[in-house]
Amino acid sequence: MAVCIAVIAKENYPLFIRSVPVQNELKFHYTVHTSLDVVEEKISAVGKAMADQRELYLGLLYPTEDYKVYGYVTNSKVKFVIVVDSSNTSLRDNEIRSMFRKLHNSFTDVMCNPFYNPGDTIQSKAFDSIVSAMMVQAS
Amino acid sequence: MESLTLTDVEQKYYSDLFVYCDTDNTKKVASNGKVLDLFRAAQLPSEVVLQITELCGATRLGHFGRSQFYIALKLIAVAQSGLPLRVESLNSVKDLPLPRFVVAKNEQEARHTAMYPDLENQGPYQGVIPRPPGRGQVKKVSAHEVIQPCVPTVEPQPDTTSPVVSPHQSPPTSPHAWRKHKRQASGGNVERPPVVVAGAVWTPFREAQSGPVVAGDGMWSAHSPPPVQESWVSLKDTYPPSSSKMPPMRLSLVQENSSIRTVASVATANEIQRQSSSGYDDPWKITDEQRQYYINQFKTIQPDLNGFIPGSAAKEFFTKSKLPILELSHIWELSDFDKDGALTLDEFCAAFHLVVARKNGYDLPEKLPESLMPKLIDLDDSAEVPDQAPDVGYSGSPVEVTPNKSPMPSLNQTWPDLNQGNEQWETFSERSSSSQTLTQFDSNIAPADPDTAIVHPVPIRMTPSKIHMQEMELKRTGSDHTHPTSPLMAKPPELSEETSMKFVTANSGDGYSSSDSYTSDQDPITSVVTRQRSNSGTSPEGLKVVAAPPPPPPRPNASHSRSSSLDMNRNFAAHPTGPQQSGVVACPPAIPPRPLPTQTSGPHSGHRSDEGLAAHSTTSPQQIPEQPNFADFSQFQAFAASDQPSDDGEKHPESLPVEKSTEGAGPLRTVKTDNQEERAAATVNSAKGSIMAPPPKPVRRRLKSEDELQDEALPPKSNVIATVLATLPSIPRSVGKDKKAIQASIRRNKETNTVLARLNSELQQQLKDLLEERISLEVQLEQLRPFSHL
Repeated sequence: MAVCIAVIAKENYPLFIRSVPVQNELKFHYTVHTSLDVVEEKISAVGKAMADQRELYLGLLYPTEDYKVYGYVTNSKVKFVIVVDSSNTSLRDNEIRSMFRKLHNSFTDVMCNPFYNPGDTIQSKAFDSIVSAMMVQAS
Repeated sequence: MESLTLTDVEQKYYSDLFVYCDTDNTKKVASNGKVLDLFRAAQLPSEVVLQITELCGATRLGHFGRSQFYIALKLIAVAQSGLPLRVESLNSVKDLPLPRFVVAKNEQEARHTAMYPDLENQGPYQGVIPRPPGRGQVKKVSAHEVIQPCVPTVEPQPDTTSPVVSPHQSPPTSPHAWRKHKRQASGGNVERPPVVVAGAVWTPFREAQSGPVVAGDGMWSAHSPPPVQESWVSLKDTYPPSSSKMPPMRLSLVQENSSIRTVASVATANEIQRQSSSGYDDPWKITDEQRQYYINQFKTIQPDLNGFIPGSAAKEFFTKSKLPILELSHIWELSDFDKDGALTLDEFCAAFHLVVARKNGYDLPEKLPESLMPKLIDLDDSAEVPDQAPDVGYSGSPVEVTPNKSPMPSLNQTWPDLNQGNEQWETFSERSSSSQTLTQFDSNIAPADPDTAIVHPVPIRMTPSKIHMQEMELKRTGSDHTHPTSPLMAKPPELSEETSMKFVTANSGDGYSSSDSYTSDQDPITSVVTRQRSNSGTSPEGLKVVAAPPPPPPRPNASHSRSSSLDMNRNFAAHPTGPQQSGVVACPPAIPPRPLPTQTSGPHSGHRSDEGLAAHSTTSPQQIPEQPNFADFSQFQAFAASDQPSDDGEKHPESLPVEKSTEGAGPLRTVKTDNQEERAAATVNSAKGSIMAPPPKPVRRRLKSEDELQDEALPPKSNVIATVLATLPSIPRSVGKDKKAIQASIRRNKETNTVLARLNSELQQQLKDLLEERISLEVQLEQLRPFSHL
């Protein structure tokens, strides 16, 4: 269960960002923003030869004392960032992977929508519902 | 008099009523008698009526002017909703339902008014109605068509009585109204054709609806008529610039479109009647008229009804509707059922219908309504049912229904390949020929032998129907694996041939069958091995999709060869390498009931046994005891798991790893080994007396198997074997040349080594996958645990 989910475009501007405790939204925005540096570092580290074989799932980008940030990059350099609560220890890597997979699939569906202009913020209800299902239930 | 703000609906309604009461045609004053009748029809207590008349100022004036009439009507609405009658409430009360008048004589009005409450609820959207949407699509609305005549009546502005009396005066609309009027069984007052028609038209809805004021889907039928009416009025065939036309122009539009609508109205009137009789339950149903229209529009973009409309074309088309992009995006999400970025005919109709609905002010649903859902290409080809089934009452027009069915097949036809593919899959096991199915399959599948390879396609693309097909496919792969066994279990003898075939095709990578049956060449062995490799390569994928991999096949295959190798040993007597086996093989001498078969197979097995002995002596001992198990297919897996008898029988090294690795192939392998074992088993088993399988079986098999297997397996295997066998020389049956045999066996051993190594890696991979599965399952379990605590 994520606390914040963000979709960042190739040019590093957010296409979609949603966090559950709405009050701390700014903090999560900042967290996601700083995580972008880590993402860039990870994807550049692979090198040209391995560019195609680079795995999409980046894993734990960096942990803070409160949160853990996971990253996932698509082949078109669209980044998904999930922030989970550190206290949520039951979350396994597999689950994070499956969350990213679901995100990727819904993102693909959004892209397939001819009415969606790439670069717009994502306003698809289906995408929203998928994301909401993955978020921690708002307390 | 206080200023009175009326919504558009109220405005129309009131003016209509005013005209109704304006029997003197003064256009200014409603006759008191009529008004009072009307008020009585409101079913309010008389004192309330008096109060209303007083409040509206009629008592002051002595008559009901237009404004007084309107105020009175509003007060009636207020009273009917239970609110205290206050002058202030006239304007303060929001979303006031329209006044309801229930009177037999004024039935039409009552119905009319009854409908209006629905309109009232659509208040916020009513603004949409007056404004002709930019889409020039003439939507055929069945029940909606009914409203058409109402539009002119609804339209009338306070000072225009012409619309109301349009039936008399405006020929284009009147035909509609009249036509409908005539059709309407409940023809009302002739003097008020529009109202009558409207009323009559409204009747069905009125009947269909439960409450006078009900919002929501239940009133969709009521709601839809006016809005769709609107779209009808304003829409033309191809997005005419009707957006510029304002409500007052609607009549002209109506006139312009009258010809179009007349055609539709005829049908729709019929439909309405039918629907009225049957009830209009599903608000999202697409009527035939609408569907026909949608189909026509589809054809303008894509002439082939079975084809797709690409996303860009659809985007242009629907953008013309002037709906906000966000809503169009949502409509697309709802209607593109298979998420392929293109619209089939059904999807297009659903999207069109949603656009129409949205245009008329109806909220888009969160999920695609049932009636709009395109039929999944299920494996049953009978999905020809149109997704919008008219109501039962529609039965009266089968002709109209059938044309609609024709477009429906398009959905199914969009997946003809898959359907056919499915059939191909259905027959997979029987044909054991690789079929080029049309879905995308896992590229890891290595059909080494196209002729005999049973390619177990694992579809990758997950679409709803494809998912279903994939499941079918999975079942198929599973069944393929099991297929050989089941029939074998049922009638092993007959299956000997099949099994031999299957050995080659299925994951039975044991060289036994090949070596055993095919004396001429070792190709079968390697081919089998190859096949097994490829199969095991495929099986992990297949298995990944399948929930639980089938248990590994038993090892009996090896024993079979071992037994034959024992024969070889015996024959050669120069290879005491099978001591361990010999120990197990209690009495080699007693083995050959059929020396010939064993001998023929012996050389092979012997050679192989040498190889096996040299290479996998440890494994071989385990093989033979399982021979008996082979024949007993039902206990195949049990034996495989349990029985690891150290036996003679250098089972072919491949057989062992083969068994271990390809779980799916287990049954096949057993069958195969069974066949092989028959010969060896016959000897060995009889010797050991530990034959669990019915001896007749192996014997029988042997009787057939040799010839059959050799004959049948050879041809299919020849191709399969080609690659691997390139290195292996065909060992002559005559085992006279020991050296050659040894060399051959050495070569074979090496090959089996490599094969085994490959198998090992594959098994490791499988193990990894299983571990992952296990981990994920554990995670899920842990997740679920807290819930149990709660």
